[in-house]
Amino acid sequence: MGIEQKAGDLGMFTTTLETAVNWGRTRAMWPLLFGLACCAIEMMGAQASNYDLSRFGMELNRPSPRQADLMIVAGRVSRKMAPVVRRLYDQMSDPKWVIAMGDCASCGGVYNNYAIVQGVDEIIPVDVYVAGCPPRPEALIDGIMMLHEKVSQEKLIEPGKREPIHVKSNNLIQVALPNKKA
Amino acid sequence: MDNVILSQRLREAFPQALTSMSEFRGELQVVLPREHLVAVAQFLRDTPELRYVYLENLCGVDYLGREPRFEVVYHLLSLSNRHRVCLKVGVPEADPTVPTLTVLWPTANWQEREAYDMFGIIFRNHPSLERILMPEDWEGHPQRKDVPLGYEEVAFTFNQDAIYAQKHFVRE
Ligand code: SF4
Repeated sequence: MGIEQKAGDLGMFTTTLETAVNWGRTRAMWPLLFGLACCAIEMMGAQASNYDLSRFGMELNRPSPRQADLMIVAGRVSRKMAPVVRRLYDQMSDPKWVIAMGDCASCGGVYNNYAIVQGVDEIIPVDVYVAGCPPRPEALIDGIMMLHEKVSQEKLIEPGKREPIHVKSNNLIQVALPNKKA
Repeated sequence: MDNVILSQRLREAFPQALTSMSEFRGELQVVLPREHLVAVAQFLRDTPELRYVYLENLCGVDYLGREPRFEVVYHLLSLSNRHRVCLKVGVPEADPTVPTLTVLWPTANWQEREAYDMFGIIFRNHPSLERILMPEDWEGHPQRKDVPLGYEEVAFTFNQDAIYAQKHFVRE
């Protein structure tokens, strides 16, 4: 059944503005072309033909933060890179979302030392955490789908607080850790 | 070219300068004081028979508790002879300076900057001795063994409340 039947004779149908806007936001969410370490390889894998992120309207990685909606922090963030990450985030136009991909971006991972930021949530707000070292492309896509779900429930009138979501890589079950405080 | 001939040549050319020579896993290691470093390196590079034209590696080492505390290690390769040699220069903590080798090998530039960044070894007459890996405003030299590695307590389910209460998270 196509949209023609739903639209009826008049060729039109009604919906709420919120639904339409959120639909638009989720169906063409362009990520920033931005890989920091080994996780970026899996992000490329997710975009390549095997996993094909373009199914979700995300094939277009923008090299300019002005044209990107989603920042996938793929890899460990060194202290030297941290100001750059923050700056890129600030340069992205609203509305914007962040996925912390992999253990390193989420919490520092194996690099518990002076050189690495212990979790990118120290410098930019994170919407979805995807665990794994590296997360498989399925896990990343699962994280993206969760983000889409979250975005589609956003309210236009009161945007409200953004609570992070945690994605576990092995069984792709959503783990809510709401006690991670601001 | 082998280690015997090379050590002979070095002894003939620098009868006084070299501190010691030894062999480790088939590689000749020459320990020398820093005053003679440039002369020895130039000799190795420019002597037609030797031609150690390629500076393969330059790195610092921290032997905490030993005197001299630091050491700069150079690995040279002779492409024509297919032979390697290793030079080691001791650097005391009180005066951590070594003459630069950028005059002989431009590739020494960044490698010396790395040794400076990580160990605080100062290469005299280096064209631009700045940090290369760490941020410019970083304090200290992180690969010195007396610098703490930096460690934050890992959050597990049983202790995450206490840790997250102190950790700084940004919002928006
Ligand atoms: S989580 Fe693993 S794969 Fe990803 S950046 Fe860190 S070390 Fe690399």
